[in-house]
Amino acid sequence: MSRARADEEEYWHSSKFRAFTFDDEDDELSQLKESKRAVNSLRDIVDDDDDDLERVSWSGEPVGSISWSIKETASSSTSSLESRDSSLQKGSSSYAAFPKQVSSYSLSSLFKGRNRLPSFQSLSDALSDTGVKNYAPELRRPKAEYKDYSSDWSPKDTVRRMQRGKICSLERFRSLQDKLVLLDEAVAGHDGNVITAVLIFLKRTLRREILFRELEVRQVALCHLIHFLKETGEQKLLLDLLRFLDRTEEVALSQYREHLNIQDVEKRREFLKGCIGLPFSAEDTSHIQDHYTLLERQIIIEANDRHLEMAGQSEIFRKYPRKASILNMPLVTTLFYSCFYHYTEAEGTFSSPTNLKKTFKIPDKQYVLTALAARAKLRAWDDVDALFTTKNWLGYTKKKAPIGFHRVVEILQRNNAPVQVLQEYVRLVEDVETRLNLATKYKCHDVVIETYRDLKDRIQLTAYKCKVERGSAEEEKINSVLNNTQIRWKN
Amino acid sequence: MAAHLSSGRVNLTALREAGRRELREFLDKCAGSKEHEVEKMFTLKPGRLPQADVKNIIFFVRPKLELMDIITDNVLREDRGRSPQRDFHILFVPRRSLLCEQWLKEQGVLGSFIHREQYSLDLIPFDGDLLSMESESAFKECYLESDQTSLYHAAKGLMTLQALYGTIPQIFGKGECARHVANMMIRMKREFPGSQNSIFPVFDTLLLLDRNVDLLTPLATQLTYEGLIDEIYGIQNTYVKLPPEKFAPKKQGEGGKDLPTEPKKLQLNSAEELYAEIRDKNFNAVGSVLSKKAKIISAAFEERHHAKTVGEIKQFVSQLPHMQAARSSLANHTSIAELIKDITTSEDFFDNLTVEQEFMSGIDTDKVNNYIEDCIAQKHPLIKILRLVCLQSVCNSGLKQKVLDHYKREILQTYGYEHVLTLNNLEKAGLLKPQTSGRNNYPTIRKTLRLWMDDVNEQNPNDISYVYSGYAPLSVRLAQLLARPGWRSIEEVLKMLPGPHFEERQQLPTGLQKKRQHGENRVTLVFFLGGVTYAEIAALRFLSQMEDGGTEYVIATTKLINGTSWIKSLMEKLEPAPF
Repeated sequence: MSRARADEEEYWHSSKFRAFTFDDEDDELSQLKESKRAVNSLRDIVDDDDDDLERVSWSGEPVGSISWSIKETASSSTSSLESRDSSLQKGSSSYAAFPKQVSSYSLSSLFKGRNRLPSFQSLSDALSDTGVKNYAPELRRPKAEYKDYSSDWSPKDTVRRMQRGKICSLERFRSLQDKLVLLDEAVAGHDGNVITAVLIFLKRTLRREILFRELEVRQVALCHLIHFLKETGEQKLLLDLLRFLDRTEEVALSQYREHLNIQDVEKRREFLKGCIGLPFSAEDTSHIQDHYTLLERQIIIEANDRHLEMAGQSEIFRKYPRKASILNMPLVTTLFYSCFYHYTEAEGTFSSPTNLKKTFKIPDKQYVLTALAARAKLRAWDDVDALFTTKNWLGYTKKKAPIGFHRVVEILQRNNAPVQVLQEYVRLVEDVETRLNLATKYKCHDVVIETYRDLKDRIQLTAYKCKVERGSAEEEKINSVLNNTQIRWKN
Repeated sequence: MAAHLSSGRVNLTALREAGRRELREFLDKCAGSKEHEVEKMFTLKPGRLPQADVKNIIFFVRPKLELMDIITDNVLREDRGRSPQRDFHILFVPRRSLLCEQWLKEQGVLGSFIHREQYSLDLIPFDGDLLSMESESAFKECYLESDQTSLYHAAKGLMTLQALYGTIPQIFGKGECARHVANMMIRMKREFPGSQNSIFPVFDTLLLLDRNVDLLTPLATQLTYEGLIDEIYGIQNTYVKLPPEKFAPKKQGEGGKDLPTEPKKLQLNSAEELYAEIRDKNFNAVGSVLSKKAKIISAAFEERHHAKTVGEIKQFVSQLPHMQAARSSLANHTSIAELIKDITTSEDFFDNLTVEQEFMSGIDTDKVNNYIEDCIAQKHPLIKILRLVCLQSVCNSGLKQKVLDHYKREILQTYGYEHVLTLNNLEKAGLLKPQTSGRNNYPTIRKTLRLWMDDVNEQNPNDISYVYSGYAPLSVRLAQLLARPGWRSIEEVLKMLPGPHFEERQQLPTGLQKKRQHGENRVTLVFFLGGVTYAEIAALRFLSQMEDGGTEYVIATTKLINGTSWIKSLMEKLEPAPF
């Protein structure tokens, strides 16, 4: 607490911030409150500053941003750093003079995880790496940056320089303590670029268990490392880390994600099989299991059907050649395929629709919709009829649709079903208004006429007469209904 | 050229000039001279670089690993034998990335670049009152990956703004990310005393808002003219590509043949007078404006019959260019409005909107929705399904476990099991989740903030809810209530929304403290961390224009988004990268 107080003091003294002045015309009290509030809000930031001597070094480009505007407003604070920058731009005369081994490109060399060369040799490193003659930039390290190498930047300055895109050597941070201070400093700066750079350094120079242990209590840094490992595809280390953290579900998902990179279906299937035992959440487990089973199924179906198609013996494949392979298609697409090509197969075969329905516990609704679409596409109206026909124990048949007959009508209509077929199902739509709408829309005249008759709506029926063709059977029917004296019209 | 940037309350040309100047400095460095004629600009793509007789090639890129792979490919295919050799440079926007440079090094090409620098273009001026960082992954990074780099850039962008437009005396915020940005700003200011500048502050207030404070708004279909253009065709960097059929030149005698096949590309900003007038209107109010304009323009053209004297004719002719521009602008927007109308009058659009509005007004949010089920059965685009399901989840403070499981199962069976990854992402971002607390807070929030207005006036709006024909965007309501009567009045609701809310003051030297003139409006900069929609922008502009509003708004964001682009950014990449 007392340190925070001291910080406050120093804060007001060292900055151009004005706390409040008594000769202000404004309400002093509120001013006071404001500054108090500002100070309080600063405290948590001030608190994480370990040394108080670092204040001045944030000169040059304050936020590493559009430099001129800052320069204009802050010309007074031009520092040696800035003048160094300009010297960088001026000449290239002294570049070549730098001795090789002091190339300061140590940051980049520290990225090299598996590099056995000492990092000092980053220049020759670059040479052998590139095999390209244009290695000028490595030589053209400006003097000041090369100077960094020997100068003793504190963790805080190191982070700040890195935030401005300057190169810094991290090799000096040898002890675990130093490294962690550096990491905390980077995290406090919020710049992901710098945090990642420090993490790569730690990853290279710390034992895995220590790295993991320290990151466990540094959540922000941890997130960055996880993101970094995902991005660069270091799957093994990522999984080790997640396991260490006991984030088992993430381990599972992350491992499962890998299947997307496997092109070969056999290998993909094998891989998915391996995923089944992973610690997914309960409901995800069943989805992953289904994913595996489906692909396994698809591989069998695909092999069979390709063979059938090539042999040219099967009529359905001759008439409707397959447009694409069924591999890696979603379950519902697979079901459609099987309703299209394998509708009549016995339940025992892998490709039969009923087998798919059972294996994957496809709900009735979903199944009927898919089967209907497939059979309607083939214009197999008998199959469509059978789909909705149920027999009760007395042997009577009854029409039933788990999806509602208005949906049936829409799907049939989309598949250009003839009016005779269509009106059979329009007739079954329970809601009178919907039935009338559909019947009118799709010109199922008989249904319209019957419905108006049942509604005893003479006016509507008379009006409908002008919608049918003159002299047609429909007109005749309307006339006979209108002339029927048995009907007690409501209007 | 950029007149639209200076049309607003804050002249954003200054920011643009600053950006230009920095770019010129870099070009100077590469070319070593004051002349930087850019010979050609190419889109970055793999393969051999196009032929161009130039000395310098500059890669102008975001620091992303996949782009580094493309650059590597370009450099490796460069003909070494050619003379003169071309020099390569790389300019990262907005930050140099050590990771990217390391990647280039591992590919063995880092040494090929003479200059590697950064171009700190954090906030890009899009219009007189609009700035965007155009960082499409910002939301995902902040809320899924806990990577706050984009927040760091936001803070830097705000520091640049303050350097140009003065220190912003008041900072308000809501949400974790907002808190971070405010902390960083204060820290940056403290660590760099030079940023205490002597510019008279242009902004009175900064309001930082987390996108996850209001997850609802982007999921709903925007119903303003500009919002609908974005929903349907997608506005990219103020440009939109439209189907060409409606834009065929209508000249007699050549009808039918030579229909253009290239999409029609139009720029959309307030530099175009007509667009500025209609962009923020509810689409239902656009038609009448267009027909009124048409009458005015044809009347103006009729004037030529009355022009008798040479002087009159001369005057008429001098007005012709302006009239012709107005006419072609009118023709374009009539065509766009027709294209949109075809969609908004479709049955499916209506059904979709009905369901959205039911959810937002709190009807049947706790059971499986028939329309959503139908859409899945008919295999409508997955993003549409996800938008609706997420909307239902947000409007119910999470779905009942049974309902959630049902949707998940249907989605996975119909669109593929691999989408389990995307569903997990949505869950992590809080968009799709089980109702854990057993309590639905949304009705309270809706009522207190008056998010649903039954009597909406689309033609002559009196409330921001017109932008969604009934729903008032939560984010903008927060801004509105902050201005008047202040957040203290909604303390309870603020606590129900995620993240802390806070207020900070930045002291100004006495000489810079504002003495407000009577009747002078305050200027508030609203920064949406994680993205903002065009409809929200329209709502803020509406508030700016209210006669007794007292506040004018400038809007900044990490990215201009709509529900589709937003959900897309959260989806798992299912196709492996081309490399």
